[in-house]
Amino acid sequence: MKAAERLDLTFLALADPTRRAILSRLATGEASAGELAKPFDISQPAISRHLKVLERAGLISVGQDAQRRPRRLEEKPMREAEAWLERLRSIWEANYARLDALLAEMQSPAAGKSKKNATRKRTRRSS
Amino acid sequence: MNQLSNLKVETPSDREVRVIRNFKAPAQLVWDAHTKPELLRKWMHGMDGWSLPVCEMDVRDGGAYRWRWRNDDDGQEMGFFGKYIEVAPYTKLVYEQHYDPGSLGIPMTSESAIITTEFAESGGSTTMTVTMRFASKEERDAAVATGMTDGMEQSYQRMDALLAG
Repeated sequence: MKAAERLDLTFLALADPTRRAILSRLATGEASAGELAKPFDISQPAISRHLKVLERAGLISVGQDAQRRPRRLEEKPMREAEAWLERLRSIWEANYARLDALLAEMQSPAAGKSKKNATRKRTRRSS
Repeated sequence: MNQLSNLKVETPSDREVRVIRNFKAPAQLVWDAHTKPELLRKWMHGMDGWSLPVCEMDVRDGGAYRWRWRNDDDGQEMGFFGKYIEVAPYTKLVYEQHYDPGSLGIPMTSESAIITTEFAESGGSTTMTVTMRFASKEERDAAVATGMTDGMEQSYQRMDALLAG
């Protein structure tokens, strides 16, 4: 599976409050499907469907115990999603840092005296 | 890159993401930097190593814009396009935004988002608030990741640290 497809599955899985609550519960330790269903006012089949979506995204895995089938949290996809967000944030910040520099330049005395010159200078510097 | 902690990211509703950033300049200059193509191209490079070769903007109510970024190494492209909905000089800029995956093909949003940028000047500096309203909660989450909302306490805390810079 490509990284982008995996991210799609992760975000799809995370876009539901019940599934996020399930992950939140699993963050405190593994639990069976029955234990996970308890706090929610929804049917066992509904919980199973949510668990399947989470499993497909790789956000949870099923433990060894064949009877209990405990679900546990897998952190890797979440970390990938975080890394993606971090990248998005760093893109914004890098753009705004450049804007800071540009605004400082626009306010420098040279920019005020001769707009034409300042523009030419800026163009040369940025190329 | 100073002022790292100056960038705030919030989720005011389940369809929105808000970015707040202060700039040491009057609102008019910050506005110009967002509405004049020759200025916008100087700073809105998108990702590192990318440039904004296509930057067409007809900044008036109903006017169209088109931005296309290019990776200077491999020539891959992606962009945004849409129309201006509200143009109130030096105070407020509202536009719709469609995502153009270009040759890069990274999935993001399939429906258009509404971007509202507000400029508030105080004591010579300007606080800019960018609110991105997506078509649905799912679209927003796909665009920005979900850990910022309820649940997921563990990752929430990591995210807090991340967002705090």
